[in-house]
Amino acid sequence: MTKLHVSTTINNEAREYLCEPNQSMLDVLRDELGLTGTKEGCGTGDCGACSILVDDRLVCACLMLGAEAQDAQIETIEGVAGESGLHLLQSKFLEHAALQCGICTPGFIMASKALLAKNPNPDETTIRYWLAGNLCRCTGYDKIVRAVQDAAAELSHPA
Amino acid sequence: MSAYAYVAPTSISEVLTLLDDHVRSGRGTQILAGGTDVMVQMRSVNREPRTFIDIKRLEETNRLHVGAEEVYIGSAIPSARMQEHAELKTLYPGLLEAADLIGSTQVQGRATICGNLCNASPAGDSIPALIAAGAVCDIATPDGSRELAVEDFVVGVGQNALADGEFLLGVMLRRPQASTKDAYLRFTPRTEMDIAVAGVGVSVTLDGPNCIAARVAIGAVATKALLVVDAAEALIGTTLDDAALQLAGMACQAAAQPISDKRGSAGYRKKVVAVLCRRALAIARDRALGR
Repeated sequence: MTKLHVSTTINNEAREYLCEPNQSMLDVLRDELGLTGTKEGCGTGDCGACSILVDDRLVCACLMLGAEAQDAQIETIEGVAGESGLHLLQSKFLEHAALQCGICTPGFIMASKALLAKNPNPDETTIRYWLAGNLCRCTGYDKIVRAVQDAAAELSHPA
Repeated sequence: MSAYAYVAPTSISEVLTLLDDHVRSGRGTQILAGGTDVMVQMRSVNREPRTFIDIKRLEETNRLHVGAEEVYIGSAIPSARMQEHAELKTLYPGLLEAADLIGSTQVQGRATICGNLCNASPAGDSIPALIAAGAVCDIATPDGSRELAVEDFVVGVGQNALADGEFLLGVMLRRPQASTKDAYLRFTPRTEMDIAVAGVGVSVTLDGPNCIAARVAIGAVATKALLVVDAAEALIGTTLDDAALQLAGMACQAAAQPISDKRGSAGYRKKVVAVLCRRALAIARDRALGR
């Protein structure tokens, strides 16, 4: 099988890689680029653990081919924290203990970040529906929703 | 020897040439738009090596146009982009509701209604809604293009009417009058991320209080979504009162040929499809009345 050469931008950095034509973006991130923060839960787009942003759109990396990333802007969990420290959402997840085993957390952070970019002040129902594609098998949903609500509140009314 | 390959052409003619070359050499192809079905099938029911032809870099498939006469939704337009189009949402609330029911936020960032159509699942939510809205498929063919009504596009479970060498460019709809409104309802045990037990798409056109045109389509209750002409006929000429809605529901029930599976028995599905029909019609009627 001939490998494909892909040039893309990941977390604001120009990246090039070789991938198989049928290799998923998730496998490219984890196995070719060592970006293992993006997790594989189901591999069928049901659990959201592999959520990333592609051209500012939230997608499951398992439902995308690595080859499709040519010329795209990709953001993964590794790009969320800034030089000055954790992103507000990450801090709020810690503060509210919105994680147990942590496998779903990168996906939840990416999905929540996409939500707040689109709607800085979502109500609880909006948050729950938006995050319906992210599964937490430790079932700590309430704490996750509270963390996102708190982050939204702080974004709307900075202390 | 066959192997996986990936190409991302930028013109219709390139796609058609690729399809033709593969047909001639007997190699398999897979048109790739959102990929939310394709990627899952590649790891489960269809592991056959094939050439992915990514159609997301074509100008034509990226068209999302709401014009004075016509609405066009290209085959590379993800559901999320449709939802962000305020005018489209006003014109075809039912179609947008159906698309919005399919998958999570993540899936909607990629999944297309044209892919939903090509995948041809009996339970595909956008299909009855497209049929009710009177959508027509715009198909690229080696000789140019052809049009096909959505109700004739799906021919069986997982099977569509595309011939070798053809691909779907988009769907076309008329720009509806203010007095034409659609609605889509489905029944699922959960509110999110589930597959329809039954679904009903409707569109009604009023002249004053009177219904002068209607289309009703049912999903997940036969091998493919069906246009129910008898239901529409029960509505035309009425004020869409309870009696008319009852008759339309019964027509849907009569047209349904469901199977029994873990989601519901055939008898249950027949009952539910009638209820959904009545409720969807009441919603569409109220929308057409501006309520």
